[in-house]
Amino acid sequence: MTKQDTSLFNKKILLQAAKNSIIKLNPASLIKNPVIFIVAVGSLLTTIAVFAGLFQGNFSSFSLQIAIWLWFTVLFANFSEAIAEGRGKAQADSLRNSRIQAKARKMEGKHEISVYATDLKKDDIVVCEAGDVIPSDGEVIEGIASVDESAITGESAPVIRESGGDRSAVTGGTKVISDRILVRITTEPGSTFIDRMIALVEGAKRQKTPNEIALSILLSGLSIIFLLAVVTLPAFFGYSLLASGLPMSQNLSIPVLIALLVCLIPTTIGGLLSAIGISGMDRLLQRNVIATSGRAIEAAGDVDVLLLDKTGTITLGNRMATDFIADEGVTVEQLADAAQFSSLSDETPEGRSIVILAKEKFNIRGREIHQLNATFIPFTAQSKMSGVDFKTEDGQFHQIRKGASEAIRTFVLNNNGYFPQKIQETVSELARQGATPLVVAEDNKVLGVIHLKDIVKGGIKQRFAELRKMGIKTVMITGDNSLTAAAIAAEAGVDDFMAEATPEDKLKRIREEQANGHLVGMIGDGTNDAPALAQADIGIAMNSGTQAAREAGNMVDLDSNPTKLIEVVEVGKQLLMTRGSLTTFSIANDVAKYFAIIPAIAISLYSGNSGVGPLSALNIMNLASPQSAVLSAVIFNAIIIMLLVPLALRGVRYRPVSANEALTRNLLIFGLGGLVAPFVGIKLIDVLLNL
Amino acid sequence: MTVQDVMQVILFFALLIGLTPILGKYMGNVFTGEKHFMQPVFGWSERWAYRFTGVNPEEETNWKAYTFGLLMFNLVGFVFVFIIQLVQAYLPLNPAHLPNVTWHSAFNTSVSFVTNTNWQGYAGETTLSYFVQMLGLTVQNFVSAATGIAVLLAVIRGISRKTTDKLGNFWTDLTRSTLYVLLPLSILFAIILVGQGVVQNFKTCETVQTLQGAQQIIPMGPAASQIAIKQLGTNGGGFFNANSSHPFENPTPFSNFLEMLFILLIPAALTYTYGKMVGSTRQGWTIFSVMMILLITGLSISLYAEYSSNPIFGHLPLMEGKETRFGITNSVLWSTSTTAASNGSVNAMHDSLSPLAGMVAVINIMLGEVIFGGVGAGLYGMVIFIILTVFIAGLMVGRTPEYLGKKIEAFEVQMAIIAILAPSFVILIFTAWASVSSAGLSSLNNPGAHGFSEILYAYSSAAGNNGSAFAGLNANTLFYNLTLGFGMLIGRFGVIVPVLAIAGNMARKKVTPLSAGTFRTDNWLFMGLLIAVILIVGGLTFFPALSLGPIVEHLLMGSGITF
Repeated sequence: MTKQDTSLFNKKILLQAAKNSIIKLNPASLIKNPVIFIVAVGSLLTTIAVFAGLFQGNFSSFSLQIAIWLWFTVLFANFSEAIAEGRGKAQADSLRNSRIQAKARKMEGKHEISVYATDLKKDDIVVCEAGDVIPSDGEVIEGIASVDESAITGESAPVIRESGGDRSAVTGGTKVISDRILVRITTEPGSTFIDRMIALVEGAKRQKTPNEIALSILLSGLSIIFLLAVVTLPAFFGYSLLASGLPMSQNLSIPVLIALLVCLIPTTIGGLLSAIGISGMDRLLQRNVIATSGRAIEAAGDVDVLLLDKTGTITLGNRMATDFIADEGVTVEQLADAAQFSSLSDETPEGRSIVILAKEKFNIRGREIHQLNATFIPFTAQSKMSGVDFKTEDGQFHQIRKGASEAIRTFVLNNNGYFPQKIQETVSELARQGATPLVVAEDNKVLGVIHLKDIVKGGIKQRFAELRKMGIKTVMITGDNSLTAAAIAAEAGVDDFMAEATPEDKLKRIREEQANGHLVGMIGDGTNDAPALAQADIGIAMNSGTQAAREAGNMVDLDSNPTKLIEVVEVGKQLLMTRGSLTTFSIANDVAKYFAIIPAIAISLYSGNSGVGPLSALNIMNLASPQSAVLSAVIFNAIIIMLLVPLALRGVRYRPVSANEALTRNLLIFGLGGLVAPFVGIKLIDVLLNL
Repeated sequence: MTVQDVMQVILFFALLIGLTPILGKYMGNVFTGEKHFMQPVFGWSERWAYRFTGVNPEEETNWKAYTFGLLMFNLVGFVFVFIIQLVQAYLPLNPAHLPNVTWHSAFNTSVSFVTNTNWQGYAGETTLSYFVQMLGLTVQNFVSAATGIAVLLAVIRGISRKTTDKLGNFWTDLTRSTLYVLLPLSILFAIILVGQGVVQNFKTCETVQTLQGAQQIIPMGPAASQIAIKQLGTNGGGFFNANSSHPFENPTPFSNFLEMLFILLIPAALTYTYGKMVGSTRQGWTIFSVMMILLITGLSISLYAEYSSNPIFGHLPLMEGKETRFGITNSVLWSTSTTAASNGSVNAMHDSLSPLAGMVAVINIMLGEVIFGGVGAGLYGMVIFIILTVFIAGLMVGRTPEYLGKKIEAFEVQMAIIAILAPSFVILIFTAWASVSSAGLSSLNNPGAHGFSEILYAYSSAAGNNGSAFAGLNANTLFYNLTLGFGMLIGRFGVIVPVLAIAGNMARKKVTPLSAGTFRTDNWLFMGLLIAVILIVGGLTFFPALSLGPIVEHLLMGSGITF
């Protein structure tokens, strides 16, 4: 997808969000958020009380101000949700533009008929040629084509899609730029990948995640407890008025009671809760990962075992030549020269790395191939070697071969040569280190060994160390033998590895880890990864993978970058941390609000004739008047929601540290901060109100 | 405070800390069915009890059956105690020929003893026969405490077991905790008390002529046996109306010291048992420390309030309502310990405590009786707060919160909230009702803010299943007997049922292995968090009410106004 303006305050989104926050006053929408619903009911009651007062001729501007700020509290909460949705919508719109109303070329038997893309059913077959837009999600069943997927991935380089194999999935809305393919449609209309993406980022189909539900229950429970505290207060107060010899008419008014209630119930987290959830989805999207549900993002934070494919995640993906080891009587230059010559037409990354290494180390340049009458012998699965046949200027015929030691041994023995002991030892030693030895021979003579090595990605070791600190175990999966696997595992610093792993092994490993109480995350692309992806708690399918894999996983990585798994875990953790931190903040806020409101409303009790009773001693913030104290608390309560919107959207700062460190840090900021901030904030507002 | 006072407080806590692992370990052995030294002594009666009742001790049940058994057992206990009070005049062991009890007082008393509250709306020696005291109340003193332990055991199993629905067998838990823990300790304690001069006989009151020639009635009865279990089982219902300030219940400073120790002993030791049974004594000590910190903080505030000068008496101690035999320190240590431990016994009138010390007492109760709390009840109440703490703060480490490897999810949070709500509901709603209705106000003996404190205290005591009273409130009326009775029921079973539901749900879950990403629940940070949650979630609700009661009283006392 095209990169969005990810700045928090895009003007267009702000305006739309402001509008939507009013639309969201609809009770049907409000009731989804119990805490804010209580505030809305309170605002309504206060407003009614203000109007009732107006008609009875005792209009109270104080009550009016409370009513206004209570409404603002509701609007601010709505706004936070609206802005989070707006940001998602902006992303959805760009997706929607890519959705086509074009016609599809559907195959009916041997004939081609033109139908609307939206009329395509599952299992229909369509044909797409260069210039056609693929009408819906499907699987290539015939042919090979290059496809421009920039509409969904934002990546402009075309990708190859071919039938069979692991690159057979095509996505509706992408464009064929060469060749012709037959595609079997795999989704029903309206549920294509792009449709689902749009629905998810718009938040339309957003369901509350398990953790969000639990948190909502806690917040509703706390609200009920505080509701009890507030509804019983007039009775306690009435008793105290009687005992102080004051008239019952001084009992607490509805606006004051509602102000107290709204200040005590956790409106901050209640108001921001859905914004946090939506923006979690959004943050994933910014990393070009699409989750099929919010539940998946949350589970990502819980993952404590990661199964990582070696290739592409831990290593660069290809072996590289790192050294030439010559046999006795052979110079390294000779070996390098022969190795390079035999690799000149070898377009594999390994072959190219040999050419480059020879050039860098010995400044050997590639020769003109035609001059030598050379014939290149490509690698085949049967021969297990490749090389070159050539005639020198004196007409002599030579064969250079490079390949696995067993293949080369057969080759030299057939040419009446021998396989030297030293080479045999070198080969075993390299294999033991986890490298791949390639033996080079010319005719009947073995020249030496090329040291091919898996290159571990820079910085990956540190990444794994961070994961370990966070309590996440990493398991490397590889098809290599255990020797090779162990060496790379040690170099990369993973906690465990599975060598010679088959898809069944992966599935078994996931089940074992889960049985021991672990949550497992993995990333995969092939059809044979699908069972494991489905079994894992977090299965990320690469977009380049098969449709089966994409259906099985609960996330899709549009960049097809295996390292994404780690980022996804971080987004999940950040989401949960943000919720926890703001909940703590919200609850800690209550202490200060009590100290603002209780002395204010109880100032006259037991005051004798002075009007200032003993409970004014609790006015430790020294707020100017009872009215400004209540008002300050209500205003603080409303604007703190607005002030925290950026934090809710961005998420609290995430660091790869242990649980204990993360807790200490967040507690200091949000726990202690939550205790102190309202004292400062309320006092400040009080000062401003009384200027 | 004198040096002697300080030494005694230190000795008290040192003994409590020292005895915790000893008794805790023993109880762990008893509850896990391991060998222990009491088996040869009472093993025969355990086997006999199973044979007689047809219980198969090996058979375990799920949480619903466990809860059902518990509720039925308590219902039968309630009906029995209720009926024998209504007909006590026709029953034996009634040498004073006391009449039948009124129905609402009998309702209140039987609820009170079944729920381990031991609120007493009546005066023991002039209301109840020895038959009712022994077969009704003393039996309930044992089994209500054992019920608390049984609930705790179910919770422990819910936490420590995995992927099962079996929580244990209520009847074996009940039998074992009675036979091997409560009974032996009570016998030992009763004998010591008799040695100190507590009465233990079946005689009726004796009328004697004093030296001045006046007639004095000396109450008698089987007191020592009931007092032992009243303290051990955190019950607190006095044999005599004056409870532990009566010289026949609590004759000497030594008996006073021992009684205080025995009040906190089992709840404290259970934290060790808990740690042992969930597989980490460190977890147990963490909970113990949190309870201890809260207890000592409360005690310090109370002592400060009692010893600091006041504008009415200057530096003279506030001795009205306190026993001269015990003095200030022992009275305050007692009031703090008993209110913390859900033990309703008193050795001084809480009504006469300074406002702040009285507030500490009522806050101890309002926090849900989790500072050691009732036998079993304190700890399972604490588990509720732990669940809330883990849920609120655990999210901050970026994982679904978990406690001892068990994920805390919507169901646990929901049940924890109900368990917190139930007592709060009783305290706030009933106090509000009483403070505006004429039925509630007519029982007040004191005007002003103090009268309000008395009502608040009464309902807190009922909801927290504490049982002590601020006195000064005539609670033996239809209104108070019924509202307090229902308050005790809600406060007890409104917590037990959700707690057992949590235990049942937790037992079904898998255990997430410990890692660096795990939110630790056995360090200082967690202790601080837990205390904060207890004070904020458990306490803030009552802040408005407290402001209008004890806080305003304290502030008024500063300007020389008392009630």
